[in-house]
Amino acid sequence: MEKKKFNPTITFIVAVLGSYIAFIVCMQQGIINNYISGIIVSILINVIMAVSLALVTGYLGELALGHAGFMAIGAYGAAITTMHLELPIYIEFPIGLMFGGMLAAIVGVIIGIPALRLRGDYLGIITLGFGEIIRIILNNMKITNGARGLSGIPSYSTFTITFFITAITIAILYKIINSRTGRAIVAIRDNEIATDCVGISTFYYKTLAFAIAAFFAGIAGGLYAHYHTVLVPSSFDFMQSIEILIIVVLGGMGNLFGTIIAAIVLCTMNEVLRSFSEYRMIAYSLVLIIMMICKAKNITFTSLKAKLTNKKGA
Amino acid sequence: MDYGTLFIQQIINGLHLGSIYALIALGYTMVYGIVRLINFAHGEIIMVGAYTSYIMMNVFGVNIVVALIAAVIVCSIFGVTIEKIAYKPLRNAPKMWALITAIGVSFFLQSTVMVIFGVNAIPYPTLFSDLIQVGSLQISQIMIVSLALALALMLSLELFIKKTRLGKAMRASSEDAEAAALMGISVDKTISTAFMIGSALAAIGGVLFAVAYPQIKPLMGVMPGLKAFIAAVLGGIGVIPGAMLGGFILGLIESLTKGFVSAFWPNATLWADAILFSVLIIVLLLKPSGILGKNVREKV
Amino acid sequence: MEALLEVSNISVSFGGIKPVDQFELHLQAGELVGLIGPNGAGKTTIFNLLTGVYTPSEGYIKLDGKTISNLKSYQIVQQGIARTFQNIRLFKSMSVIENVKVAFNNRLSYTLPDRLFNTPKYKAQEEWLHNEAMELLKIFDLQDDANEISMNLPYGKQRKLEIARALAVNPKLLLLDEPAAGMNPQETVELMNTIKLIRDKFNITILLIEHDMQLVMSICERLVVIEYGKIIAKGTPDEIKHNERVIAAYLGE
Repeated sequence: MEKKKFNPTITFIVAVLGSYIAFIVCMQQGIINNYISGIIVSILINVIMAVSLALVTGYLGELALGHAGFMAIGAYGAAITTMHLELPIYIEFPIGLMFGGMLAAIVGVIIGIPALRLRGDYLGIITLGFGEIIRIILNNMKITNGARGLSGIPSYSTFTITFFITAITIAILYKIINSRTGRAIVAIRDNEIATDCVGISTFYYKTLAFAIAAFFAGIAGGLYAHYHTVLVPSSFDFMQSIEILIIVVLGGMGNLFGTIIAAIVLCTMNEVLRSFSEYRMIAYSLVLIIMMICKAKNITFTSLKAKLTNKKGA
Repeated sequence: MDYGTLFIQQIINGLHLGSIYALIALGYTMVYGIVRLINFAHGEIIMVGAYTSYIMMNVFGVNIVVALIAAVIVCSIFGVTIEKIAYKPLRNAPKMWALITAIGVSFFLQSTVMVIFGVNAIPYPTLFSDLIQVGSLQISQIMIVSLALALALMLSLELFIKKTRLGKAMRASSEDAEAAALMGISVDKTISTAFMIGSALAAIGGVLFAVAYPQIKPLMGVMPGLKAFIAAVLGGIGVIPGAMLGGFILGLIESLTKGFVSAFWPNATLWADAILFSVLIIVLLLKPSGILGKNVREKV
Repeated sequence: MEALLEVSNISVSFGGIKPVDQFELHLQAGELVGLIGPNGAGKTTIFNLLTGVYTPSEGYIKLDGKTISNLKSYQIVQQGIARTFQNIRLFKSMSVIENVKVAFNNRLSYTLPDRLFNTPKYKAQEEWLHNEAMELLKIFDLQDDANEISMNLPYGKQRKLEIARALAVNPKLLLLDEPAAGMNPQETVELMNTIKLIRDKFNITILLIEHDMQLVMSICERLVVIEYGKIIAKGTPDEIKHNERVIAAYLGE
């Protein structure tokens, strides 16, 4: 207890405000142009997606391959709300985001109740299936304008709004993880039978984790819709889910901070590689394979350095 | 065409498509049975097989049989090499890490082929396209060739697994890899064999697929790969007859929704994949280990 | 006096095999009873039936007069039965104290909103939880390892931590599955004393499976012996020591 030198809440608030001010100053000085600030908004949306999936995959330890489906529900839910409400932004945008998030959470519970009886790869496949079904439904509904998609969504997802929603999401997930709920969720990952045998309903906590993750994916979807202002169902396919999963696994299972870093690094890398056009995916995939092998073989910069210095010494 | 004939016609088409799915599903199931890895790159092996056969025929001017053999050889080498380079270092790592590596390999193969051959579809030579009329049914030669080839291969695989030493070793490894290793079975060898056979079958599946829809493109393996994987899960992953059964079920569902149900309900084609996934979900919920899968209980 | 635990003729079968056949048991509050038998006799299966991991195909189980054999595992634990496992099942990535804290879950009532806004209720309960968890660890001499990751503990301490965790659910009945397995003689003696101590301190009933006959004979007041899923003898340690069926079962006929 005495070891704690700083209060996590204050540290977090200082870090958030500090980086916000830094960004704003950079923008006003022209160091960050519109193009880059747009990329930053995309990265922040991916951070929300990644930390929400981290709750299910990293902390609960369950493979979920349909996270983009919840994002899609949130995106369409929010976009349709703000397009139909004729209210000022500061009223209709929060309503839209909450509606999208809640809708995603409800679908998450409906899917979770049957699906969470399965474990491991089977849960992965079944969530993949549900994610694809969501996309196909969106592709065939009138209100979503089918495969042609929605356009003319108000452009509400500014840097400031996205930045603070991301910060709040991280804070909420951090608190959930460091509570009795979070303990129960990690316990399920570590040993499901033992969790049952200390009187915890594993089913309840799994469904809860699933619903919370779906809710924030829905919020991310709402931000996405009001950033891009156009929506097509094909943006939320299986590959989108995979990209988020990659971030979570690279960030370290059950490591919120690592997940955030991985989201930033991976999305930035994707943008930087864009200039290599067709070679981008080759580079990206090679980096992915090499990173996983290094992770498995426990090769890090420090261990490589140690090896090199050892050789010199010997 | 009356509805009865249409129905039978679509059953035939479904068996044709199903035989291809079954061949691909076998690779998924064999690999999963031994290393418990969803080999996402398996779909790309289909594509590599199709491209290899195309190059053989168009550049080297060989006939389809030689091209097919070349595709089998190339894909087997690919399969074994991928396992050695990308999966073996992760054998003792958490399963999700290996899954990400498999996805990485899949991206790598897709993007490399894209860089070399371009993103667009290339027409594939038309082969075995003569139609045989049986009453009012139309059966193309390729359907008969595909089905016959698939059935022959499945039968040989079943014999190989049941009768040969290596096949028995593979079965033992898939029951319990640790115990098999203790009994002196070389795990490396059985894993390599699984990847080799699986990739060879995927190559054949890829060529048959290319002949059936005479074109090839870098992303051509994604959907058949995903569907074959679903087929493997549906039938009970790790169980060889399950993969075949799952493949045929999937082929039949797809043909019937797209070709028969659409006669009454024009939108059926749009919902075909949703129907497929719904079947998968229902089966998994009723029988979590798939149709022919064994229920394994965790020992407390 | 009504029994705390009433097990009436329970059986279970897996594909034709009956690992437990017509098992019955009555435990009075405060008793310390041993369940013994040769390997494969069905002892752990009985624990699994008592804790709802398996559901009996025949018979019923009552705790405090309430039927529990149709409940799920976590509900049975909430009714007051806690257990440890033969093959240790700790939350291996969590610290020692967190392992215990997880088991307190049902004794806490703060909600997620309480946590999000750090309400006084949340703070008070987490503080209480920390103190209670430390108290439990002290009983097992684990207080210095509180922040150690549980899978890094030596084997004997892992077994003790499992018992501490089971006690954290505040059970009426504690089931210990081979608590001394893998311990050295000195650790076993310490454990025997701890088991007696917790029985008195927490006022609970204990049923234990154990292969270490010395431990069983010296701390249990009553023993139930099973073989092939059936009861072959019951009685005090002295009676069991001289029971011919038991001797035959252990030495092999």
